[in-house]
Amino acid sequence: MSINTNNEYWHGFEGGTWQKEIHVRSFIRHNYTPYDGDEAFLEAPTENTCALWDEVLELFRKEREAGGVLDMDTKIISTITSHAPGYIDKDKEKIVGLQTDKPLKRALMPYGGIRMAEKACRDNGYEIDPGIKEFFETHRKTHNAGVFDAYTPEMRACRSSHIITGLPDAYGRGRIIGDYRRVALYGVDRLIEDKKAQKETTRSAMYSEIIRDREELSEQIRALEALKEMALSYGFDISKPARNTKEAVQWLYFGYLAAVKEQNGAAMSLGRTSTFLDIYAERDLKDGTFTEKEIQEIIDHFIMKLRLIKFARTPEYNELFSGDPQWVTESIGGVAVDGRHMVTKMSYRYLHTLINLGPAPEPNLTVLWSLRLPENFKRFCAKLSIETSSIQYENDDLMRFNHGDDYAIACCVSSMKVGKEMQFFGARANLAKCLLYAINGGVDEITGKQVAPEYRPITSEYLDYDDVIKKYDEMMKWLAGVYVNTLNIIHYMHDKYCYEKLQMALHDKKVTRWFATGIAGLSVVADSLSAIKYAKVKVIRNADGLAVDYEVEGDFPKYGNDDDRVDSIAYDIVHRFMEHIRKNHTYRGSIPTTSILTITSNVVYGKNTGSTPDGRKRGEAFAPGANPMHRRDTNGAVASLSSVSKLPFRDAQDGISNTFSIIPGALGKDDRIFVGDIDIDLDCGNGACNTPTLFEGLDTDATE
Amino acid sequence: MHGYIHSKESFGTVDGPGIRYVLFLQGCPMRCKYCHNPDTWIQGIGEELSPESIIEEYLKNRAFYRNGGITVSGGEPLLQLEFITALFALAKEHGIHTCIDTSGITFSPGNTERLDALLSLTDLVMLDIKHIDSDRHKLLTGHGNENILAFSKHLSEKNVPICIRHVVVPGLTDDADALVRLGEFIGTLSSLKSLDVLPYHTMGVEKYKRLGIPYPLEDVADVTSSEAQKAKEHILSGIRKTRSR
Repeated sequence: MSINTNNEYWHGFEGGTWQKEIHVRSFIRHNYTPYDGDEAFLEAPTENTCALWDEVLELFRKEREAGGVLDMDTKIISTITSHAPGYIDKDKEKIVGLQTDKPLKRALMPYGGIRMAEKACRDNGYEIDPGIKEFFETHRKTHNAGVFDAYTPEMRACRSSHIITGLPDAYGRGRIIGDYRRVALYGVDRLIEDKKAQKETTRSAMYSEIIRDREELSEQIRALEALKEMALSYGFDISKPARNTKEAVQWLYFGYLAAVKEQNGAAMSLGRTSTFLDIYAERDLKDGTFTEKEIQEIIDHFIMKLRLIKFARTPEYNELFSGDPQWVTESIGGVAVDGRHMVTKMSYRYLHTLINLGPAPEPNLTVLWSLRLPENFKRFCAKLSIETSSIQYENDDLMRFNHGDDYAIACCVSSMKVGKEMQFFGARANLAKCLLYAINGGVDEITGKQVAPEYRPITSEYLDYDDVIKKYDEMMKWLAGVYVNTLNIIHYMHDKYCYEKLQMALHDKKVTRWFATGIAGLSVVADSLSAIKYAKVKVIRNADGLAVDYEVEGDFPKYGNDDDRVDSIAYDIVHRFMEHIRKNHTYRGSIPTTSILTITSNVVYGKNTGSTPDGRKRGEAFAPGANPMHRRDTNGAVASLSSVSKLPFRDAQDGISNTFSIIPGALGKDDRIFVGDIDIDLDCGNGACNTPTLFEGLDTDATE
Repeated sequence: MHGYIHSKESFGTVDGPGIRYVLFLQGCPMRCKYCHNPDTWIQGIGEELSPESIIEEYLKNRAFYRNGGITVSGGEPLLQLEFITALFALAKEHGIHTCIDTSGITFSPGNTERLDALLSLTDLVMLDIKHIDSDRHKLLTGHGNENILAFSKHLSEKNVPICIRHVVVPGLTDDADALVRLGEFIGTLSSLKSLDVLPYHTMGVEKYKRLGIPYPLEDVADVTSSEAQKAKEHILSGIRKTRSR
């Protein structure tokens, strides 16, 4: 490929490293235009968009009426090329492509586990083809079967007692983001060429890592060929780069579509595409190739497609995640390492779909928030948040430090450099239950079974802080070990039997892998230990001597009130647990990290955990993520946030979440908390309406 | 020195500009019929906190309060004038925006020395004028409004920025004529910076039940924001009337 930007694809772009190698960030850095203006340029939906969206809404209505699933494929194993092209309404669609041949028909993806695929169908009233079932039970092993071949009895016990929960051992692990932008910028042929070159340059001594690399690269190349073929079936030749905005969106979407045809992952995120696409839009607006209205239409149709992404899942899965989430997360905004903010007009256009198409949880539009984002954009986001409650915010100032300026969020908070980092997703360890195991010598407080090693239990009537901490530390060490090793098995088998070949084809050869553990029940543990330390906790034992309940005598500092006495306990727990995790070998050279972000599954974890020394009763929900326990934070949001912000991010780089809801009225008057202005609109009656702010030296004398 | 604190709100967004650290001080001489904090009435109880510890807590989280500051509310904060003065003096050393949310009831016109010391440290006073007619005011709160109006004039003379608050209670404080006259009065306050007209709400009822105090406005319904807006228009027309003279 020639190195110039005068070809029909790259004309008008500033050149750079991106031409010589696959390097999307370089392309963005050299070409994007930060936008400081406001939303006035945005366009309303076209008639065509409205008509098409009405058809989609009608499909959603039918899906709801049918009990949540409209149709399921029971015969065709989903691959990138398994299905004929599907449309909503071909003539109206500016961006095309569906997961199967019909909208909202859920694909059959058995590679994660045949039983899960079968159950997902059955629970929704469908039966999979017996031939397929037999094939996967007899001739072709799945990820799930592989995992259970290798699990130890201890791992199985931990799994069924729920001290480790939500393991991706029967379904797709997800959390991998392909760099779908590469498809648009380079065209698939160039990507294949690059992968072939990678394969040619592996080491020649054939030890197992190299053999695996070569096999995976071959898989990746095949996936890219299949991607081209799939696009061609829709009438697009994507072997060459995209020539304009519409093609760029279409090419990029085909890349993403191929991934969701191949994988039913726990989170199938999109990446960070808006500022990339804006470069095409700016060029096309300048050239007169498209008008603003046309560009918004393309984006509206693209987002519409993302809202149609669905997977076949079981009711239990949906219970764990509270709904039917896909986590099609798109990361918007942020600040570049060179100091420029990365908000472009396309950032506005993406968010504007919440108005043009109405609010929706998917795609999960996530603003990478920084103090340095332009004020206009901040206002726009705040306004949209109030109107639609559909925007997620994440701290760019925090994440940029580790991941630079071309990272994206997978799922809800996991940050990784697009195309350069991936993660092995790993559910959660229940630290609250672990505390109960420490008290009961490894016996499960609900089932009475010996799950952990038979350590010496606590037999005293009142709990002693030092004694509990010592035993808890030992129990955490055990839990970290069995947890990491369980995940090692899971990810080995997932790579082997359910490899994400298309997504990994859109990664560099050398990928940094994060080993993402997670913890649940942090605030329960912090408050429990605080109660033991600062109040008196009496143990209630059952006839078998098992501690099953606790009586707290006196008050104690509670996490969530900016009180260092307990906040330091929370810090210590995270740090200790992470240190124990780090002592273990992690699969494929991955770097261990953890997250504290049970956003929905906290309910299920709580259900399976006995009473705890903080006064929480058996079965009561945990607080989500790193949240304080419900109603225990009594000093307002800042104090609550402050407690959370003391947790060590360097130990929990995969994310710390704090969920709080607030009634709109508590966020200030007339939607204007932001700059905190209060006004007196004296002149609104006679023409010159200005609403000066207190900070701008408002003077009510200025009535003329 | 210590103040008696009823409670703290670390994320106050309605008691002054920006995100604010709000201290609700314990104790109030008024017994307003629609008071939504009856639990702050009694004096001399509550958590005892020093100005130093409060400022320390504020500074720890100052990133949240970039455009905000500290508000003392209540209760009637001016009952603890010495404490607030010490608190604000410390706040000013750190460049913190200070605001008092008061009824003005404690004002005594002949004796303003200590008050003036406090006002010199105060960036904004949010003053609640319940009614422009003293007899109606007395019915509502147990006190006439003379001191309160005098207080507002004093603030104006001292050029202390004022935000006037007025709660619209159906049948009690929503009379159009009285609202216009209220506007005419506050129009004379040269340091008036803003007007905040609040719709009456029944969220306090639960508290009365818990405290075992009979709720005086049993049958009064919530006010809608458009009704409050209408009341605001009346007051504004009064202000304009005064200002165009």
